[in-house]
Amino acid sequence: MSPGHTVWLVARRELRTRLRAKSFLVGTAVSIAVLIGFVLLQSTLFGGERVTRVGLSGQATAISAPLTEEARSRGFEVRISTVRDPATGESAITDGELDALVTGTPAALHVVVDESLDENLRRALNTLVQSEVLRAQLAAVEELDPDQVLATVADATVDVRSLRAPDPTHDQRLALALVIVALLYLSLLLYGTMVAQGVVEEKSSRVVEVLLATVRPWELLAGKVVGLGLVGLAQLTVVGGVGVVLAAVTDVLTIPGVALGTLLWGLLWYLLGYLFYATVFAAAGSLVSRQEETQSVLLPITSVLVLAFVLGFGLLARLPNSSATAVLSVLPPFAPILLPGRLALGTATAWEVVVAIVLMLTSVAALTWLAGRIYAKAVLRTGPRLPLRDALRKGAP
Amino acid sequence: MLQVDGVTKRYGDVLACDRVSFDVGAGELFGFVGGNGAGKTTTMRIVLGVLAPDAGEVRFRGAPVDHAARRRFGYLPEERGLYPRMRVLDQLVYLAELHGADTNAAHRAAEHWIARLGLRGHRDTEVQRLSLGNQQRVQLAAALVHDPLVLVLDEPFSGLDPLAVDVLVEVLREQAAAGVPVVFSSHQLDLVERLCDRVGIITAGRVVASGTVEQLRAGTGSTLVVDAPAAPAGWAAGLPGVTVLGVHNGQTRLRVAPGTDDQPILAAALATGPVRGFTHQHPTLAELYRDVVGVR
Repeated sequence: MSPGHTVWLVARRELRTRLRAKSFLVGTAVSIAVLIGFVLLQSTLFGGERVTRVGLSGQATAISAPLTEEARSRGFEVRISTVRDPATGESAITDGELDALVTGTPAALHVVVDESLDENLRRALNTLVQSEVLRAQLAAVEELDPDQVLATVADATVDVRSLRAPDPTHDQRLALALVIVALLYLSLLLYGTMVAQGVVEEKSSRVVEVLLATVRPWELLAGKVVGLGLVGLAQLTVVGGVGVVLAAVTDVLTIPGVALGTLLWGLLWYLLGYLFYATVFAAAGSLVSRQEETQSVLLPITSVLVLAFVLGFGLLARLPNSSATAVLSVLPPFAPILLPGRLALGTATAWEVVVAIVLMLTSVAALTWLAGRIYAKAVLRTGPRLPLRDALRKGAP
Repeated sequence: MLQVDGVTKRYGDVLACDRVSFDVGAGELFGFVGGNGAGKTTTMRIVLGVLAPDAGEVRFRGAPVDHAARRRFGYLPEERGLYPRMRVLDQLVYLAELHGADTNAAHRAAEHWIARLGLRGHRDTEVQRLSLGNQQRVQLAAALVHDPLVLVLDEPFSGLDPLAVDVLVEVLREQAAAGVPVVFSSHQLDLVERLCDRVGIITAGRVVASGTVEQLRAGTGSTLVVDAPAAPAGWAAGLPGVTVLGVHNGQTRLRVAPGTDDQPILAAALATGPVRGFTHQHPTLAELYRDVVGVR
């Protein structure tokens, strides 16, 4: 029987056990639900225009048209309603039916809000009040036509020249980047931990001795890593695929091509990242004999993943074009999480991707060799946690 | 057929196996006897290739045992182990496949051993839900499911109820009758004596005696049971060629060196009062074991 067949038998057992388990279905369903929640949240935040509801009362009703105009020029929308008396307006604010109540004369407006006044609305109202006051002052000067002066002033604006064409899809790309970063982080953490737990389960149940009487340690390790990796790949594909389709159908995303590309890059980097982390998780798991000790021995590895995730979120949102982001996204421990995010944003260059993949494959090869040694040495040792130094010592088990 | 030749394994300052050598012929039942920590388990692990020896080698049919040969060995480790959340049938099929059986053969063999070891009602049960005795039966099935050419069983009888012991004895005899060399360790020396063709006694990592029980008896004299109810303690001490093994219910068990005249012993016994019995017995394996290991 060839080693390949043995590895496949071990991998197939992992696949069957995990795919049949309730936890896989529940996990996939929950991930999809969270993603749907995120998409719906996005569609209300980005998809819907932000509307500020303003109630006008008394003489303030005169600013209805100028306020609508002013708001539009500032990039937001107001929905104006007329309020019979200030008391009704205030109770509407308390009930959350209005965002602001405006009373008083156009030259001296009073605003009532629940907690604080939206800055955009404040500036719009200030402009209205100031031009009203200005109009009154100008009217005192006889040879001037106040309307003409105001029109001239309004026409005087700065001339803007962009060095780079604005990307109207930036918000969508950022959302995609953050989603893929989160998905990759969760997948790598979940399936890496599963590999370690599987190793510890075989050790703590002692079944490993029965297995090693017929299977070589590296075959057992490879089978476990491959099997769980495929389960993770299937889950990521399903969750990501559902997410892309859903976002395209609900019009949250107008760039389905970019979304699909992000998913495909994400799947590739899941595989690379999984190979990088899974063997390390397995080697760490092989050092302990009881499930209770697993978390502590995995802590250094999970910390690196958490760091990559936190860095990914922060850097992609705030400093997507900085050179620090570029450098970190190429380094192996961070690349599987950061680089797909940068690819989604469209800020990664081809040579960065090539360098990252080469570095990744090199370190995967080195780590697999090292982890395989540790695993073969440690997997039959029961009792207290095996110090790493002993596991690395030369000699047969 | 199966030869363990000069196998040595050292853990730090502890010599777990010190030039351990023994042969097990085709169809032979070989009992491996020794105290806790004597090196039985280490030797068996080395035979199965789970551990690598520092020196010496294991041969099967004259050739050093390699990975492919070990695939056809059946192994019951001392520390039992199965996947707790896997169902009995799936588990056995999986193990049979790992040993090289194709899917159909694996299913047939798994069903056969499930029936043979009385597990039919549990074939779809998760192993962790079985009683310890039944888990033990599954473990035995796991050692047998791939139709092994060699059987190595570490304490196969521990934890079995009397009926399961009978079934296992029958199975081991059957396997041996089919030409399989069977090595097993046990602390139940009466069972080993009843079942085994040959016995190896290991202590502190060294095989100190091996052969048929008859061969082990040769030169050890006989056991003499003297029923002298009125005899005071120590009546037999100092008789030439006699070692007192123990006194129980007025019966004194004596080890008599080969060639010793038993009549002076009878005379000494009669001198203490009435003698109701005076019987020569073969020393049991347990007595031989104590002789060899040097503990009384």
